[in-house]
Amino acid sequence: MTLDIADRAFFTLLGPSGCGKTTLLRLIAGFEDLTAGEIALFGQPIAGLPPDRRPVNTVFQNYALFPHMTVAQNVEFGLRMKGVPEPQRRARAVRMLEMVHLADLAGRLPAELSGGQQQRVALARALAPGPRVLLLDEPLSALDLKLRQAMRVELKAIQEETGITFVFVTHDQEEALSMSDSIAVMSAGRIQQVGTPREIYEAPVNRFVADFIGETNLVPAEVERVECGTARVVLPGGTALACPAAPGVGPGAHHVSIRPERVTLSPAGELAATVERVVYLGSDLQLMTRLADGAPFAVRLQNAARVAVPAPGAAVRLHLEEGAVRLLAD
Amino acid sequence: MAGAGQPGAAGGAGPASGSGAEAVGYRRLVVPLLVPAWAVVGLFMVLPVALMVVYSFLTREFRGGVTWEFTLAAYDQFFVNRGLFGDEPPRLEWTYITIFWRSIWQAALATLLCLAIGFPTAWFIATRPRASRGVWLFLITIPYWVNLLIRTVSLRFILRDNGPLNEALLALGVISKPLGIINTDLAVQLGLFYSYLPFMVLPIYAAVERYDHRLSEAAADLHAGRWTILREIVIPAIRPGIVAGCILVFVPCLGAFLAPDLLGGARNFMIGSLIDEQFRGSQGNWPFGAACAVILMTMVLAVLIAQARAALRGAGR
Repeated sequence: MTLDIADRAFFTLLGPSGCGKTTLLRLIAGFEDLTAGEIALFGQPIAGLPPDRRPVNTVFQNYALFPHMTVAQNVEFGLRMKGVPEPQRRARAVRMLEMVHLADLAGRLPAELSGGQQQRVALARALAPGPRVLLLDEPLSALDLKLRQAMRVELKAIQEETGITFVFVTHDQEEALSMSDSIAVMSAGRIQQVGTPREIYEAPVNRFVADFIGETNLVPAEVERVECGTARVVLPGGTALACPAAPGVGPGAHHVSIRPERVTLSPAGELAATVERVVYLGSDLQLMTRLADGAPFAVRLQNAARVAVPAPGAAVRLHLEEGAVRLLAD
Repeated sequence: MAGAGQPGAAGGAGPASGSGAEAVGYRRLVVPLLVPAWAVVGLFMVLPVALMVVYSFLTREFRGGVTWEFTLAAYDQFFVNRGLFGDEPPRLEWTYITIFWRSIWQAALATLLCLAIGFPTAWFIATRPRASRGVWLFLITIPYWVNLLIRTVSLRFILRDNGPLNEALLALGVISKPLGIINTDLAVQLGLFYSYLPFMVLPIYAAVERYDHRLSEAAADLHAGRWTILREIVIPAIRPGIVAGCILVFVPCLGAFLAPDLLGGARNFMIGSLIDEQFRGSQGNWPFGAACAVILMTMVLAVLIAQARAALRGAGR
């Protein structure tokens, strides 16, 4: 695979566990040997360098803080190894700890900190030596939901403040969508799609990406013809629609992705469906419906006051919003 | 009887490790359940040590044994020199202090030797795939199924001037005359090393097995070289195992008498042999032997307490 990561970007490798994203990160860090290919950092090949000589630092999933060193000693470690004189490294450690709001805990041992605090120490420790690229291996996965959400905002802010390229590995699509400038979706050791969060979510290129990022309805579709960047597709039940063409997709049997929230109920809707179940989700309502051919189809409605909720068993017509239908490459 | 210093010293750690247990309920059962533990500690720790201390203050009976008259004669013999006929002004007696000092030195050297070989061995075993670790540990312990005396005698046979080691080296032309290892400090070192190596390997193995190797990765990621990682990350993390191994080797080495006796010859007298001699035949001196054992035990306890304090300070930092 070939992957280009832009300088000063928040770049995310997103994929299910076992897809090779952590291996890729470890290749960049130098913990795994490259059997073929090349890794270059700012144009310099680094594949032959041992981990301690690479201008990258890592925030580990389990933090890997040195248990016998204080927070300050942990943060100073990388600077000490680089031979930074004591006064400078002390000052920088203080600055790093201030950035992660832990300046008053500098004298503690890691075991005396909470998970969230340990996570911040790991971040400060990895940032202290001034890496050109910071690698983050699922750093938030051990935190509880509230803390995770707070750390997302903070991580993004720190990335913008420091201007360091972040390469962030996660299996959590919400994390990826909320922080990244750019996302590479990985599966089975291959990159499926690279793009901005909006592109990944709204214009997935294939079934894996469409299904992995958020919820979607994958509907078989017959492409009749493609012209001027627009494809004419026929959905089961005979509904014909126009949607943006996908590269390399010609006439024939394909799939389209339709996000549940891009569908509304309307008497003039293009698709006929039967409501099977209504699931109340607080801010949203999820309608589990079946299309005319029996395929399940999910619809998500905002829980607004004016929404008339159909009863299970009711026949409804579904309106697909402008741009809701995305043609997939496989 | 001969190794009177050993059980006492080893038992010293017993009560400390048992005191943390706390009964949650069933108070009526606490006393009956504690009886076996008290019996073991009392019979095998308190009673022998008390006997040893009491005997060291008794009067020597010729042909072995004691008479029940309390005296400081044994300690006087150890520390004070009044000349050959006992009529000179008292001076510090160096004979036994020298033997003690040499024993400490020998034990410390043997401990270092065990550490130098035991640490890489333990590291090697602990970093094998989980399934094969048991096999390696098993191999390490196999020689210890044989009695210590037999192993030490065998080592004497191997090391002696016309033994297999010298014969082989002579035949290969590596050396032109026998090495003359037997009856030297080196032979004693080899004997002690061979006797107590597993006591170094096993605790360090246990510590390395628990060591989180991702810490090494993190250190490498933060620009630390291999030796720095070993010195600054690995050794502090497995320090409890190293300390335990050193104590487990040092303490029995200090009181060892088989290896010095069989491999060291007359010039390499150690505490264990000195004590052993006091309880043999009609030439023995039981109170003096007991006094030597008390002094040895006191020294060992002092070292252990100092070590425990240092460990507590380290943990409280």
